[in-house]
Amino acid sequence: MGVAGAGAIAASGLGFDVAVAESTKVKQQLRIEGAAEAHSICPYCAVGCALIAYVRPRPGGAIELLQIEGDPDSPVNEGRLCPKGATAMQLAVSPRRVESPLYRAPGATSWQKISWDDMLDRIAKNIKASRDATFVAVDANGNTVNRTEGIAFAGGAAFSSEEGYVATKVMRGLGLVHLEQQARV
Amino acid sequence: MVSLAATFGRGAMTNHWRDIKNSDLILINGANPAEAHPVGFQWFMRAKLDRGAKIIHADPRFTRTSAVSDMYLRIRTGSDVAYFGGLINYVLQNNLFHDEYVRNYTNASFIVNKNFAFNDGLFSGYNPDKRSYNIASWSYETDPNTGFAMRDKTLADSQTVFQLMKKHYSRYTPDVVSSITGIPVDDFNKVAQLVGEMGKPDKVMTIVYAVGLTHHTTGGQLIRSGAVLQLLLGNMGRPGGGMNAERGHANIQGNTDHAISWEILPGYLKIPAPGQKNLDDYVAQSAPKKSDHNSWNFFGTNYRKFMVSILKTWYGAAATKDNEFAFDFVPKPASNASWMTIYDQALKGKMEGVILSGMTAASIGPDSNQVRQALGNLKWLVVMDALPTTSSEFWHAPGVDASSVKTEVFMVPTTHWIEKDGSFVNSGRWSQWKEQVLPPQGQSRHDHWILADIFQRVKKLYQSQGGKFVDPVMALTMGYADPIKPTLDEIAKEINGQDLTAKKQMTSFALLRDDGTTTAGDWIYTGSYLDSGNLMKRRSGISDPKTNDPTGMGFYPQWSWSWPLNRRVMYNRASADLDGKPWDPTRPGIQWNGTKWVGDVPDYPPTMDPHDPNAWLPFIMNGEGVGRLFSNTMVDGPFPEHYEPIESPVQNPLHPTNSASPVAFLYDKAVGRPDRFGTASEFPYIATSYRLTEHEHYVTQHVPHLVQLQPKPFVEIPYELASSKGIKTGDQVRVSSKRGKVEVLAMVTKRLGPMTVAGQKVYQIGIPIHWGYVGLAADSDPSKGRFWLANALTPFVGDANARTPEFKSFLVNLEKM
Repeated sequence: MGVAGAGAIAASGLGFDVAVAESTKVKQQLRIEGAAEAHSICPYCAVGCALIAYVRPRPGGAIELLQIEGDPDSPVNEGRLCPKGATAMQLAVSPRRVESPLYRAPGATSWQKISWDDMLDRIAKNIKASRDATFVAVDANGNTVNRTEGIAFAGGAAFSSEEGYVATKVMRGLGLVHLEQQARV
Repeated sequence: MVSLAATFGRGAMTNHWRDIKNSDLILINGANPAEAHPVGFQWFMRAKLDRGAKIIHADPRFTRTSAVSDMYLRIRTGSDVAYFGGLINYVLQNNLFHDEYVRNYTNASFIVNKNFAFNDGLFSGYNPDKRSYNIASWSYETDPNTGFAMRDKTLADSQTVFQLMKKHYSRYTPDVVSSITGIPVDDFNKVAQLVGEMGKPDKVMTIVYAVGLTHHTTGGQLIRSGAVLQLLLGNMGRPGGGMNAERGHANIQGNTDHAISWEILPGYLKIPAPGQKNLDDYVAQSAPKKSDHNSWNFFGTNYRKFMVSILKTWYGAAATKDNEFAFDFVPKPASNASWMTIYDQALKGKMEGVILSGMTAASIGPDSNQVRQALGNLKWLVVMDALPTTSSEFWHAPGVDASSVKTEVFMVPTTHWIEKDGSFVNSGRWSQWKEQVLPPQGQSRHDHWILADIFQRVKKLYQSQGGKFVDPVMALTMGYADPIKPTLDEIAKEINGQDLTAKKQMTSFALLRDDGTTTAGDWIYTGSYLDSGNLMKRRSGISDPKTNDPTGMGFYPQWSWSWPLNRRVMYNRASADLDGKPWDPTRPGIQWNGTKWVGDVPDYPPTMDPHDPNAWLPFIMNGEGVGRLFSNTMVDGPFPEHYEPIESPVQNPLHPTNSASPVAFLYDKAVGRPDRFGTASEFPYIATSYRLTEHEHYVTQHVPHLVQLQPKPFVEIPYELASSKGIKTGDQVRVSSKRGKVEVLAMVTKRLGPMTVAGQKVYQIGIPIHWGYVGLAADSDPSKGRFWLANALTPFVGDANARTPEFKSFLVNLEKM
């Protein structure tokens, strides 16, 4: 703050400018008025900045996200956010989201919409067929190995730990050996 | 992570973000935290501003981190073993190591097998045909009576680890370091003096790194060289110390812990190998072995209990003592099955289907053009994501004839982080629970519901049609209230584990049993979810430091939950001397108060008297009980050694005949595909890739504000090189490697500059990774981002141990377009 600004504050006698404080107060009240606070964690890097999300219910059961800001109580970020965390609202609610299942047949030149049921059935059939086609129960040395060689799963740096645990459990349960996530790459 | 486990016993950041404020000296290598982890970087600045700590940044590029550092060293990418090796040599030659720590808390005194040798860049046991080592000679001499390792605590025996190490690093003189790294000798000597001070017991240094160290064919050893230096200085286990890996994604840590990784099961248990017929075989070949009388060997001792508890969790009633708790159900891989292997198998026509969740193969690379071919070789590809990715769209990428791509592709819309609860585990192992804030957008569904639902459908197909080995598919426990919609709360409880007899949540992994009466989906998380509730939800933060940070050290033990057992600094027994007194009383980790250990949660039995002659040594996860300066768990050598990147403009000054890693796996060569490595005659410049603060990998190409902040792909070119080619900022340039090209804007800068390496002048070019043919920027560009994938340039080769690709050092050419 420049010298002139410091002078103006001193002139108010309160240590802050009443007019600015009043206008800020009014603005903040409008922005999150009636909002509920929810706690989240930033989805980007692994610092793990704590977030407070302000939401307001809308008629019809929808929930409006009003604001995301750093949680001032966090020993990790003490309320601070970087440009990514500060714009997390634009990741949270985006017109670019894929909102329904899409299918692209071999050789097709465009996507087609497909129902969840149809999609999950097709994927399940593919998994069973590839598992049965590439399963090795006993290797060339006579060892029991019970592995599915022709399917790979990769992912997990962006979803919850508990989801990742389910992914590991299900994929190992199906006999997968090709299992990977972002740590290596 | 391999390198940290090989040295200390666990593969994770040893300390945590806030703890960096406790440091006296911060070495940053292969990282740019001011830009890549800006909010975490506040703790570096607190150390500097509040303690007067010094920051030394060694990086190819002068970055925002360099700008606030006390010293910046322009280092050639991939040469950090020489830098750390030079510092190790300086500390050893000048007796600046922490003597008591080194004698008692490291394997310096262990006697090494007399057949161990190192000549001309090769350790003993090398087989050039197999490009691998027989590591029999990388072992200790043992006492025939006890089977334990022989030791000489005077460190005088020429076969001690200490003397062998001294000899090994004596070659890393300041001149040699300068010749390899490009760092001027005077600058190196200044750093060495500062680092040498850190062996004093009341001083502590931290080493912070990121993928700038891991993304090399020598990545594991680059990190281990820092870890060895930290052991010599007595800085491991201490607040303000440690080896601190900065992870790049919100939950990369949690989902490594939970083993979405080919070589492990949850909690870093090894995946069983072919030939292991039962649990006895498995434990004998997997668990660390006790090699000293005072070693607890906690991990080795409990390995079987942890494994049986996983099997019991996964296979329930089908896991019995009589069937070895369903040990046969666990798949046993023939060989490496990591990231590059997946696409290598696809290129060979052996991979039928790939499921990607929040990870885009086409952008991630390496060698994106080859990966794209691999995706086109699949029968089917499932992309689970909230937004389109370069993988979901690979079949109609710019320049691709979609009708020629025969892969069946599914775009499965998933929920975002904010549309579900569950934990994210940060780099410092803090498992922080988040709430569901919003309902799913559109028809999107949670990843775990999708996976559970698919599994249930596969199971039904096997029930109705039969097929290959159906037993594990039928037995897998999915006993959630709704088997296709498990809650993350239910799963968090399962991960923690239960005492099946008492019907109570387990409180500690130390209580797990190997008789099938306990479960634990991931033993390192046992203690996170008790009968009293989910400790990851705790939020007692900085508004009340007196109550919430009772030690004043910044541990905040009631904020979230940290594995293992809410411990905030790992290996913290080593923060205190033999009597249990902190090395620095002003910065205690734990200390012995006469009856118990107080402070942080001890990484040690809480009431073990340090004066007891049978007291355990501090590194409880290692069979030796001490930190490993010499380690036989790395495939490329027990001591870190400098090797050139696979693509390098110079020969290794230490041993030109064995210039690059002799054991890095060469995928293309192994199956007879044409060589895809370039040479300096055609590709004369060194390139390295990195991130910008405004973007996160590739997903932020969908975030308008961030695309506005960093709208277009570019490469950073040193001013002198640009001048010689008539390139100005804003010109369109082509950067090409043997594998592909990018066509982007030039940013001419003095942040990069010429260096002298092995007597030769070399240039380094910087390539941010964030762009591709999907996203807001690509949509608005006439080329649709056709040549924007940075990883079109990078080589299909990786670290000898972990097979982490060599993204950070390769050769390119540069042309003005």
